[in-house]
Amino acid sequence: MAIANASMTESTRADLRGGPAVRFSDVSMGFDEGEVLRGVSFSVAERETLVLLGETGTGKTLTLKLAAGLLRPTAGRVEVLGEDVSGMSERQLLAFRRKIGFVFQEGALFDSMTVEENVAYRLREDDVPEAEIAPRVEEVLEFVELSHTLDLLPSELSGGMRRRVSIARALVSRPEIVLYDSPTAGLDPVTSQTIITLILRLRDVYGVTSVLATHRLQDGFALANFRFDAKEKTVVRVAAGQKAEATTRFMVYRHLPGQNGNGNEALDNGIYFDGTPEEVMQSKDPYIRRFLV
Amino acid sequence: MADTPLQVAGREAKDEPRVPVPIVLLDAFRSFVLSVQDYSILAWRSLLNIFSGPHYFSDTLTQMDDIGVGSLPIVLLAGFFIGAVLVLQTATQFVRFGQTALTGDAVSIALVRELGPTLTGLLVAGRCASGIASELGSMQVTEQVDAMRAMGTDPYRKLVTPRVLATLLMVPLLTALNDFVGLLGGCVAAIFSLRLGAVEFWTRAINALDFGDLMQGLTKPMVYGFILATVGCYKGLTVRGGTQGVGRATTQAVVVSSVMIIVADLFLTKFALYMSDKIF
Repeated sequence: MAIANASMTESTRADLRGGPAVRFSDVSMGFDEGEVLRGVSFSVAERETLVLLGETGTGKTLTLKLAAGLLRPTAGRVEVLGEDVSGMSERQLLAFRRKIGFVFQEGALFDSMTVEENVAYRLREDDVPEAEIAPRVEEVLEFVELSHTLDLLPSELSGGMRRRVSIARALVSRPEIVLYDSPTAGLDPVTSQTIITLILRLRDVYGVTSVLATHRLQDGFALANFRFDAKEKTVVRVAAGQKAEATTRFMVYRHLPGQNGNGNEALDNGIYFDGTPEEVMQSKDPYIRRFLV
Repeated sequence: MADTPLQVAGREAKDEPRVPVPIVLLDAFRSFVLSVQDYSILAWRSLLNIFSGPHYFSDTLTQMDDIGVGSLPIVLLAGFFIGAVLVLQTATQFVRFGQTALTGDAVSIALVRELGPTLTGLLVAGRCASGIASELGSMQVTEQVDAMRAMGTDPYRKLVTPRVLATLLMVPLLTALNDFVGLLGGCVAAIFSLRLGAVEFWTRAINALDFGDLMQGLTKPMVYGFILATVGCYKGLTVRGGTQGVGRATTQAVVVSSVMIIVADLFLTKFALYMSDKIF
């Protein structure tokens, strides 16, 4: 699948359990200034990783927030795990969101709470017994290699550590889907690699469906070309010709001119490209090539 | 070539579309109506949440400590000096008629019915409405409120209702203490400036009050507390524009809640006087 305009672009993979994990059907999202997203349709199969690429302001974060039900679309339908998120009341959404993990761009940790309190937050909200909370918190902090930071406040952590705590917080309730909003933004290459490794582990060890918004194409290629070997406990490259257990797909957002002649490049964004990593590499489209630089 | 340092050669000024004044006024009015609607929804939900779970008792206690105990020094200090000033100002008028003994009566009624509640409301609005707006505003711009929602927590229950409940409980108590300390300050001024006896002052001050005065004096603070908490929360949760927006919201929270308290005072006073005639 190469460059698309606002027409329907469904995943051609057979879904494992009879329905996609995420489905957007002709979704538009607008504010007072106009529609930022227009006519977006796509689906994400279970255990699939969808990488959302695009310039700043093209609606990547908006897409994630629509999937989590944090925003309601002005048109269209959003289905997550078979449920119509766009039609739910706020009370229903509060219960539903417990199945989703969301990693915000700057971590969004509660700055008056310690790392332990941040990670255990959802468990305490769900009235999980305290005896069960401690081991689960330790388990996820060990997963992100931050067991030693239990009593620290977010202000005492580095940027990378805050992102990892944010991942741990999203992971503690064992979600089926994790939404990542630019998890490597503003981080150095080494720390970015650490974050991507964590995402790989989450995907391959826990089998979560992932939707990742990013400016960095290399993050998407890392997810496509590497996997986490649970036996060796290390990241290994997917051998040439070997089919990866979890597929990775790329979707590029762009301002699509001529939708309504508005001319405002912050509006009327839609899917410009939807395809595999190989199609991205082989694309001769000048806009796609800019991401490959 | 640029003619002046500020001119960039070859760049032409953009033609921005002019918006007619009626459209600007209409947009401002529409924005105001939407704000009133959103504020009303927040206020209503914050009250409804008191009667259904989950409840956040520890958050409510924390807010009661911050709003109640935290505001105590300023409320007591201001109350003492206001009471003293009130006695001095009132007495100068009663001296003309040789009735300085009535000073205690007048000051007591003025403090308990009006000055105590309004002064306490304004002081707590200045201290706490701004704090609430800046705290919630900072959470809003750093996506902590979104994170809360993403984890299945209703921010109105977690953030707004505890603050509203705390002010509903604490502001009347602060007012009562303010009234007492105000009378204390008045007594000190009466003893040293007017040569009135302390026993005479206190006796007249207490006897001048009736049940209607106390009802009025303790009901108004509940309304003022509700106003300052809901306005602070509304301004904080609707912040836009990063840290500059937080600063703006903090200022607006104080201004709007103070004005609303003063406006509400008029209507509450009228209502209370009507009820005093009918019931008390």
